[in-house]
Formats: sequence, C-alpha cells, structure tokens
Amino acid sequence: MRRLWTVLAALATLSLTNCGYNTIQTNDEQVKSSWSEVLNQYQRRADLVPNLVNSVKGFAQQEKDVLLGVTNARAKVGSIQATPELVNDPGAFAKFQAAQGELTSALSKLLVVTENYPQLKSDALFRDLMAQLEGTENRITVARNRYIKTVQDYNVTIRSFPTNLTAMVFGYKPKANFAVENEKEISTAPKVDFNPAPAK
Amino acid sequence: MSAARASILALLLCWAFAAFADVAVPPLTGRVVDQTGTLSAGDIAALTQTLKGLELRKGSQVAVLIVPTTEPETIEQYSIRVAEAWKIGRKKIDDGALLVVAKNDRKLRIEVGYGLEGALNDVTARRIIDEIITPKFRSGDFAGGISAGVDRIIGVIDGEPLPAPEPQQSFGGGQEHLDLLFNPLVLFGIFVGGAFLRTLLGRLIGSVATGGLVGVVAWFIFGSLILSGIAGVIALVFTMLSDGITAGTPRGRGGWSGGSSGASWGGSSGGSSSSDGGGFSGGGGSFGGGGASGSW
Repeated sequence: MRRLWTVLAALATLSLTNCGYNTIQTNDEQVKSSWSEVLNQYQRRADLVPNLVNSVKGFAQQEKDVLLGVTNARAKVGSIQATPELVNDPGAFAKFQAAQGELTSALSKLLVVTENYPQLKSDALFRDLMAQLEGTENRITVARNRYIKTVQDYNVTIRSFPTNLTAMVFGYKPKANFAVENEKEISTAPKVDFNPAPAK
Repeated sequence: MSAARASILALLLCWAFAAFADVAVPPLTGRVVDQTGTLSAGDIAALTQTLKGLELRKGSQVAVLIVPTTEPETIEQYSIRVAEAWKIGRKKIDDGALLVVAKNDRKLRIEVGYGLEGALNDVTARRIIDEIITPKFRSGDFAGGISAGVDRIIGVIDGEPLPAPEPQQSFGGGQEHLDLLFNPLVLFGIFVGGAFLRTLLGRLIGSVATGGLVGVVAWFIFGSLILSGIAGVIALVFTMLSDGITAGTPRGRGGWSGGSSGASWGGSSGGSSSSDGGGFSGGGGSFGGGGASGSW
C-alpha cells in the first residue's frame, strides 16, 4: 500500500512538471517582478512632482489651477495602496491606472503652461527636473511594455491546453493588463481648428 | 516615359511601405556602427580605440550607433530596442551605455544601463547632449560632437566605482561554459573514461572516441557547435597526452600531475579561443530606459 502511494506521488510530481506547473510559477514570478518595476518607476515620478511644482511656483504663481491639478492628482496617486497584489484585482488595477493617468495628463498640462515662461524654461533647476521627469516617463513606458509582455506570456500559458487544467486546479487566473489610457480620445478623429483660441 | 513614371511610382510605393515598417536593429559589428557614412574610417578607428581602452580599464562597454532615421518610432523606442538586442555592458553589473544618433531626424539619445544610472543619470546625460554634443552637431561637426560626447561619458564612468574588469577579457557568453570543462571533477571523468576507452579500443581510436563523446555531451550542455568542438578536441588531445603517464604509473600520483598539466594546456587553448573572437559583442547588460534625448 505504501509503495503504491509512493508511486502515485512520483507520478503526480511528474505529471505536474509535465502539465506546466513550473512554467506557471516562472511566469507568475516574472509578472510580479515586472510589476514591481512599474510601481517603482511610478513612485519615482510621484517623488519628483513636489519639486517640480515648487520650481514652477517660483516663476508662474498665477497658474494656480494647473498647479493645484497636479498636486491633487499626486495626492490621489499617493492615497492608493500600490501593492504587488494589485495585478490580481482588476477593479483596483483599473483605479490605479486611472489615478496614474490623471497625474500624467495633469503633468502634461503643466508642461504646456510652462512654455509661456521663458525665464522658467531657462532656469537650471527646472531644466534638470525636466530631464529627470522625461527620463522617468520613458522608464515608465519601458517598464509597462515589459509588464505587458510578461502578462501576455503568463496569460497564454494558463489559457492554453494542457496548462489551463493545471491553472484551474491551482486557481491561477488571468492577470489584468494595461489598456490604452485615452482610448476615447484616440478613436475620435482630432479636430483641427485654425481660429485662435480665446484667451483664458 | 511611362516606364520611368511607373518605376518612380513603384519606388515611392516601396518607400511608403518602408515607412510603415520599424527600422531594423543593425548587427553589432563593432563599438561604432555608422549606417550613414558620416564618420571617416579614421574617426571610427579612433573612437573604437578610446572605447576599447575604457573596457580594458573599467570593464564598461559603450557603443555608438548612427542611423539615418528611426521613423516611425521615436528615438526612445528605437534605442531601447537596440539596447535590448545588443546587451552591451557586463552581465549583472549592467554598466553599458549607448549613444544613438538619428541623423535625418536631427535627434540623439544616450541610453544608460541600470548599473550606470547613478553616475550617468538623466540630468548628466541631458547636459552632455545639450552642452557638449549638440553645439557641435549644429555646426555640422558630427565626428567632433560624438567624440567629445563619448569622452565626457567616459569621464563620468571613470568617476564611478565599478567592479574591476576580469583579468581575461571575455567578449563571448561562452567563456563561463568552457570553465565548466576545466572543473577538476569533469576533468577526472574525462581522464578515467578516456583511459577506459583507450585500453578498450587502442590509443588512437580510444582518444577519438573520447573526444567525440565529450563533444556530443558538450553539445547537449552548451548548445553550441563551436564550443562543443573545442571541448571535444581538448578531450582528444588530453586523452592522447595522458597515455604515457598512466602506462608508467597506473596508480601513482603521476596520473594527477598529468591531469593538471593537461588542464594547464587546455587552459591556454581556452585563452586563445577567446582572443580569436576579436569582434565586439555585448556582455549581457540590461537597460531600463534611463538616459536622455535631445535634438539639434
């Protein structure tokens, strides 16, 4: 009887490795580490924002709305608990995405405004901060792209036969992936308006 | 006339299709890859020498790439693709940097590996671009701009404490696998197996059989024909050479000294095989999108 159990256990181990249990583990870990990198780079951006706001404030105090928008978006991002478990919860993931997207658009509004202040643009501190912000935005893009690829690998693994059976038994579910943030904006054709915009 | 028109149309169509395809990552033929013919052979040789000096001194790898355009991608998207394909910089230390110039787009970028992000941070990279390279580019001095920029990058890297370079520079990824062959246990296995086959089949056939077996096994482990060929030949010569020693003192320590002399012989062969590959290849460094871009 005991020997039978040993044989069964050995068989189970063998079939587990055959049915992609290890592949699922590998992919799962890769998703986790690439997600941590995404969080890391978003955090880096969030850390830059207060300095950026302060340096703009010195030159463009009248742009209160824009500055306030950035500060609020930054606060919202900070209030979301960004944990590695976020990827398993589509709702929380979407919320996190929305908050980061808001900060992105608030920052781009701020950058548009700064175009009107030549003095600010030639300020050394501001230029350094801009270089850091651009570098960080690029890192976020790279980290997101890598995350998208690892999630793709993971999802393909747990949805293809026979690994999907293993995934079902152990409760591995497809993970949420990034969607294009401004889907609506892209799908509507941009309007070209040659009339000068009313001064705000 | 209509034939000329048709061919022009066809050419234009080709361009239209080419415009939709991403620019391919060029093969890493050297430390300086110029696809536009901007740099003279002398410029390239001088830059290569400087960059080689850096690698010998610090271990860091820096490469320069000049392409006509990166359209339709942005230079950031293109350069990270190149960096991921070339893998310059040492593995795990990730101390590689890449200077990409898109000449017709009038854009350039310094792509920085993870290990250099501290010294060559975004601000420093941006300053090198804005204050050193682009002023020269604006006056049309590409060679001067690139070499001044590279000098500054090297200056920054020199100020960074990095792990010392390996005494024996290895450009290929296979070096560590060859080390496996000189593991005492593996050597002992070859030694015993070789002796067995030699008594069974005779000196020449036995040695060839040992060499062949080692080659096949090495092929399975390394997955590279060249490496397994080298391993097989080493095993063959090793078995042939160790013949006299085991014949004289079948159980004495002489056998071991023969083994070690065989190993030192093999070691020198390993060295020569790596110096044969005089080309340049990335050491396996990774990039995360750090660096800065600029335009002129």
